[in-house]
Amino acid sequence: MFDWLLWFTHMENSKPLALVLFFGAFCGILVYVFTGKQRAKRLESYKYIPFDDEESQRPEPHDFARGKPRARIETQSRKVMDNER
Amino acid sequence: MAQSSALPVEQYNFDIVRRFMIVAMIYGVIGMAVGVYIACELAWPFLNFDIPALTFGRLRPVHTSLVIFGFGGSALFATSYYIVQRTCQARLAFPWLAEFTFIGWTGGVALGVLTYMAGFSQGKEYAEFEWPLDLAITVVWVCYILVYVETVRRRSQPHIYVANWFFLAFLLAVALLHIFNNIAVPSALLKSYSVYSGVQDAMIQWWYGHNAVGFFLTAAFLGMMYYFVPKQAGRPVYSYRLSIIHFWALIFLYMWAGGHHLHWTALPDWVSTLSATFSILLLMPSWGGMINGIMTLSGAWDKLRSDPIMLFLITSLSFYGMSTFEGPLMSLKSVNALSHYTDWTIGHVHSGALGWVALVSFGSFYHLMPRLYETRMYSQTLIYVHFWLATIGIVLYITSMWIAGIGQGLMLRSFDDYGNLAYTFIETVEFMHTPYVWRALGGAFFVAGALVMVYNMVMTVRAARIERATLEAKLAAKLAKA
Repeated sequence: MFDWLLWFTHMENSKPLALVLFFGAFCGILVYVFTGKQRAKRLESYKYIPFDDEESQRPEPHDFARGKPRARIETQSRKVMDNER
Repeated sequence: MAQSSALPVEQYNFDIVRRFMIVAMIYGVIGMAVGVYIACELAWPFLNFDIPALTFGRLRPVHTSLVIFGFGGSALFATSYYIVQRTCQARLAFPWLAEFTFIGWTGGVALGVLTYMAGFSQGKEYAEFEWPLDLAITVVWVCYILVYVETVRRRSQPHIYVANWFFLAFLLAVALLHIFNNIAVPSALLKSYSVYSGVQDAMIQWWYGHNAVGFFLTAAFLGMMYYFVPKQAGRPVYSYRLSIIHFWALIFLYMWAGGHHLHWTALPDWVSTLSATFSILLLMPSWGGMINGIMTLSGAWDKLRSDPIMLFLITSLSFYGMSTFEGPLMSLKSVNALSHYTDWTIGHVHSGALGWVALVSFGSFYHLMPRLYETRMYSQTLIYVHFWLATIGIVLYITSMWIAGIGQGLMLRSFDDYGNLAYTFIETVEFMHTPYVWRALGGAFFVAGALVMVYNMVMTVRAARIERATLEAKLAAKLAKA
């Protein structure tokens, strides 16, 4: 009854099968990640998480998700002098 | 330059982060100094002084264990405990267990290197600890997983930020690698025999060895990169979707690549070919991740002129890109026939270890220090000094190893008109003397840079303490007047 399970015990069968499953899963991830405008917007919104516990540091959301050129975010870039407080 | 956090310290457990960071720096300096010493031994063998504990064979695992597990491991504990708290907005779970991981990990590394110097080793590269220490490390690692996973479970954020995915993959993969590679039959307190033998032993060893590079020295440090590069740049990562693809592709491909360490051996040829194929495929996620990190600075490249910490982080990504191009190249059987058993491999490892792992760690430490001690770095100039010492050191190191390795490889396969070997082995050793001296000099530059960092860090902590004491004294004086 369960003889068909023996097919999986042969390495020449199980290895290509595992490869096909892994590759299929990876293709599924690719499709999931790069399709759907709303999903893309939601996924890209997660990039702001590192700034969420410091509101003052959170950069303004940009137009990257809509495919527009990114607006320049004003930064506090400047050379910090030695012993500066 | 991004400013330090104004959040109250009590919100998160930063004490454990501070301690791991300090230990990482101590182990880093000692481990790198030992590296320079053994590099000098190769150039001037009299430095053995006929003392067994100081011979290259015993000090080499001391160097690798101190820099990989002592420095790299402690840096990962520090940054992962920091990142998981900040991205999950949850305090570290099980603080007593986290304390145990600190004592267990740092103590385990110290005991391990002492046993190496005494001559006790499993003889497995990057896994030389004998069985009692292997068991102890397993317990510590399980505790680390518990602390990390429970902190993620208690998160306030609905989504788990991608840096944590990389850390979780690292935690799981390293547990598997460590346990399966170290299965052995003990015969005495500090002696055991591997359950694997022959080519299976070699295959398991390099399945472990390559994935130690893949998950310990790459995936986990990518977790570090995905947090500290955006934070220091003050802008989010270039593409979050690319980071998802980066993660899945990297963890899927890395597991298969270990066999390329055993080309032209008793390993079945198909395994060798399969490993080389996956190694070539690995170029894509590796460069995808590198581009994602570097492009985070898109539109703000001026930061590279004004922020030395950004220099560390972006240069580390450049070295990551370079070494992940060189790796697949060296995994090709024809290239490997020349490069294997030569110093080209050593140069490749160090372009990754110094250029990627150490530089991204230094950049992260410089980012962390002011935030952990609520102050500013003592000297920005010294950060620049450190950066240039480290960069010059790495360039000297890897170019000298290219010369030594490719030169020796070419010499060993040269034939004269009669089909005899053109050079004897000792002639190749003579040829390598000069590159070995340059390599030691490169290493010395790198250690000098690390010492500059330690000085800068110590002075920063001192300044922070003085500042705090002054503030407290002023407050006390005001209260007394009132």
